[in-house]
Amino acid sequence: MILEALLAVTFAAALLVFAAPDEYAPKLAFGLSLLPIAGSLYLWSAFESGGNALTGGEIAFNTVVPWLEVAGYQLQWYVGLDGISLPLVILTTFLTSLAIVSAWTPIDERQSQFYGLMLLMEANLIGVFTALDFFLWFVFWEAVLVPMYFLIGIWGGPRRKYAAIKFFVYTNIASLVMFIGFMMLVIGLPVNSFGLPEITQSLAAGELGNFFWLPADTLALVAFAAMFIGFAVKVPVVPVHTWLPDAHVEAPTPVSVMLAGVLLKMGTYALLRFNYTMLPEQAQYFAVPIAIIAVVSVIYGAMLALAQEDLKRIVAYSSVSSMGYVLLGLVAFTEFGLGGATFQMIAHGLISGLMFMAVGVIYNATHTRLVGDMSGLADRMPIAVWILVAGAFAYMGLPLMAGFAGEFFIFVGSFGSTVLPYAPVFTAVAMFGIVIVAGYLLRAMQGTLFGPFNLETDYELDRAPIHDVAPLVALLAAIIVLGVVPSLFFDMIRDATVPLLELLGGGAP
Amino acid sequence: MSLVLQGTATDWAFSVRALLPVVLLALTGLVVFGINSLRPDGRDNKLLALTSIAGTLSALGVAIWYLLAGTGQPTHGGAISLFSGAIIVDGLGLFFTAIFASVATLVIAASYDYFESDANPASFYSLLLLATTAMGLMAVSNSLVTVFVSLEMASLPSYALVAYLKDNRGSVEAGLKYFLIGAVSSAVLAFGISLVYAATGSLLLPEVAAQIGSVGDLNGVLGVGVVMVAGGVAFKTASVPFHFWAPEAYEGAPAPVSAFLSSASKAAGFAVGFRVFATGFQPALDIGIDWGLLFGLLAVVTMVLGNFAAATQTEVKRMLAYSSIGHAGYALIGLAAITAGASATNATVMGAAMAHLFVYGFMNTGAFLFIAMVERWGVGRTFEDYAGLAERAPMASLAMAVFMFSLAGLPLFGGFLSKYVLFLGAINAGFWWLAAVGAVTSALSLFYYSRVVKALWLESPTTDLDAVGDVPTGLYAAVIVAGVVTVLLLPGFGPVIETAEAAAAALFA
Repeated sequence: MILEALLAVTFAAALLVFAAPDEYAPKLAFGLSLLPIAGSLYLWSAFESGGNALTGGEIAFNTVVPWLEVAGYQLQWYVGLDGISLPLVILTTFLTSLAIVSAWTPIDERQSQFYGLMLLMEANLIGVFTALDFFLWFVFWEAVLVPMYFLIGIWGGPRRKYAAIKFFVYTNIASLVMFIGFMMLVIGLPVNSFGLPEITQSLAAGELGNFFWLPADTLALVAFAAMFIGFAVKVPVVPVHTWLPDAHVEAPTPVSVMLAGVLLKMGTYALLRFNYTMLPEQAQYFAVPIAIIAVVSVIYGAMLALAQEDLKRIVAYSSVSSMGYVLLGLVAFTEFGLGGATFQMIAHGLISGLMFMAVGVIYNATHTRLVGDMSGLADRMPIAVWILVAGAFAYMGLPLMAGFAGEFFIFVGSFGSTVLPYAPVFTAVAMFGIVIVAGYLLRAMQGTLFGPFNLETDYELDRAPIHDVAPLVALLAAIIVLGVVPSLFFDMIRDATVPLLELLGGGAP
Repeated sequence: MSLVLQGTATDWAFSVRALLPVVLLALTGLVVFGINSLRPDGRDNKLLALTSIAGTLSALGVAIWYLLAGTGQPTHGGAISLFSGAIIVDGLGLFFTAIFASVATLVIAASYDYFESDANPASFYSLLLLATTAMGLMAVSNSLVTVFVSLEMASLPSYALVAYLKDNRGSVEAGLKYFLIGAVSSAVLAFGISLVYAATGSLLLPEVAAQIGSVGDLNGVLGVGVVMVAGGVAFKTASVPFHFWAPEAYEGAPAPVSAFLSSASKAAGFAVGFRVFATGFQPALDIGIDWGLLFGLLAVVTMVLGNFAAATQTEVKRMLAYSSIGHAGYALIGLAAITAGASATNATVMGAAMAHLFVYGFMNTGAFLFIAMVERWGVGRTFEDYAGLAERAPMASLAMAVFMFSLAGLPLFGGFLSKYVLFLGAINAGFWWLAAVGAVTSALSLFYYSRVVKALWLESPTTDLDAVGDVPTGLYAAVIVAGVVTVLLLPGFGPVIETAEAAAAALFA
């Protein structure tokens, strides 16, 4: 019942904040958001790793309650955790609280609605990562979009309506494609529930039948492709990434933090849970095209970042690049590939959150994000600037920081992959991406942070307020801790991902 | 009085008990007349509204009570046949009566405020109650004569209701157009019935079914008759090709009347369609009269036309009118797919269509009642005029957002499950192409439904909103109740679909 309690508390917090007067909402929202953190930490302490939830491993904190029966299928309230989802739940609760604090400065109208929506989104995100029934999962998955749509559309920048609609339309069409693909798969299976473990195990047992005139083999490929397209938009990968920069540039800082930090992980989490757990053979079949997509995302995303003048756009495109690494790790389908991909989800969540927050702090002070409009900020805002530099190094993969661990695992995993042909070539090309990352981040920092002080806007530059800097420090601490002791999460992630390798009969370590 | 009615007694007291929901509606209509004739000078708006609501709520209560107690259902002696088989009380009739009574309750509550300054509201309430009574009769008609009579009984008050605003050109024109097309389609229906009678020699639906096997050379006559009866159903449900009246009538009519017609009247048309075609014309399929294909094609055209036309509208009410045509297309899937043969599949898909009409009764009524509220505020009719209403009326705008997302089929509210079950049922029945068109058009519908949400929540006000914020009790309560029910129908969809499927299964037993 602990997961239900966690969800109920978060939903209740959202309602409470909605109803609260605007002047109390910021502090109240932060205070209430500590409860889910406490809950997720309790989950962590009580968690005992026991394999992958879908392939028959032990499911922690699980509850199964019948919901309703439609057309011979039993829908259920089915939640539980394993080593893949628990770190993401912890990331969600942690990042939401910090994002709420980072909203104190920039958000100055309709506060109770803003913070209420943030908490509502957190609740639905926890739902996405804990749900183990497809329908329940899908309800949460779509329910995340609605708060996000309003958060961008109401509190965003000048082109917020365009960005909000684009985000909404892209992701909804993607959801529909995915939904249809998954439904075709389920109709072809002799199951009578939408429980993800049942479906996975039925597929693993080779029970897939025909879907009307579509033979089982083709059906599996079609379903894999439909689900891949659906989730790829969410990740996003090139060429379906174009909603992301618009959404990020228009979204206010705390919303960008949630978008990059957690929402993008929904896509990779779903890829791992659905495509790579349920249909590993089809994943192998499509390995080369997907690896090409991954590598193109890494390189092209980084080159797009290199061409930007807006700090936020730089960070936004760099997310495309980083998520390409996650995809590469998934394609490799090795112990370190899958594990590293999952670990990189957490690491990138923290690092991109840090970067967006730091850019936000600079914007709060300077009211510009253009590289050309400022220089030499290091003198005036030393703490914020040094944290930004540290975050950039984490992005570049400086050892002893979380980004290094994630990318290192992925490269180790993908280099020796037996599933992916030409794995060393793909890995080598992807590694080259790091050089470009270093290029654009160093260029941007050199332009804005160092050199003689100059600011093109008419604002007095002061030290950032303590509540702007505190979340940055907390994130940096988390990044360093995870970089020094990756086993904090990596052990449980490995327990949950190694069973997947058996689906393809082992594979290289 | 025993909970369960059994046996085949023919005395009048038994008939009244079996038809109690319909009788209650008729009595309330007469009581409203009575109050008005006793106090011809008093307006008595509150008294009349409360009396009417008491009547519709008690009819709703009795219908639900009978459904739960099993009256007229296979578990308790099967359908109750009255008046030599012309009327049949069963699960289908009770289920639809529950829809009509719920919609009528919401509409009456809203009308209390909408017709606040009307000189003689008694005529409105009594017309509405008599139309609801006739719809109740449509749902229990088991003979083509009672079908025709009750359909006319429902139509005549509806024409008057549409033209109720005598000084409003649009309202009168709409009434005239509705009446003219109604008269034509009545003639078509009557001619169709006569042809069916000519071919089979009976008007009672079970006897028609029994005689179809021996029509011999008259099967051409029967075929034309069946097609013409289908035309009558298409008129009442606002489906292609008899849909022309709907946009004008819904737009010109007072908004509560639009709500009533597009929800309850449409459902009544489907009640007739389900019973006539499932009970009476099922054997016609065996002699080559494929009305399933006819309804399938009509469903495709209706879905496509309704949704595409809705996407091009500039006025919210007209958009909803076309969307209502689109939803008739979804429900037609239920009528087309009951031709598949196996009674279990038939029951599933027809039950799904019934459940969709149930959910639609709340979400669509709520949406039109929100428009009634906006008309009362007097802020205009176009999307632009709706801009920024959320700032003044957040709760009502939230409810409207719920209706829009639910109509579009986002998986957060009742509208998703009902559509989903319907499409899944269609696929199981082999009509995958209907499900495909349905899925694509619902994806499109998100575009125009979200325009309303965008206007309400994301845009800044363009007009003077001083009048907004005045809170009409009845109207507000109706909108909020409809919103709450739409939300609750996601977790609570189970009982609705089970009842609907059981009611449908009884027809195919």
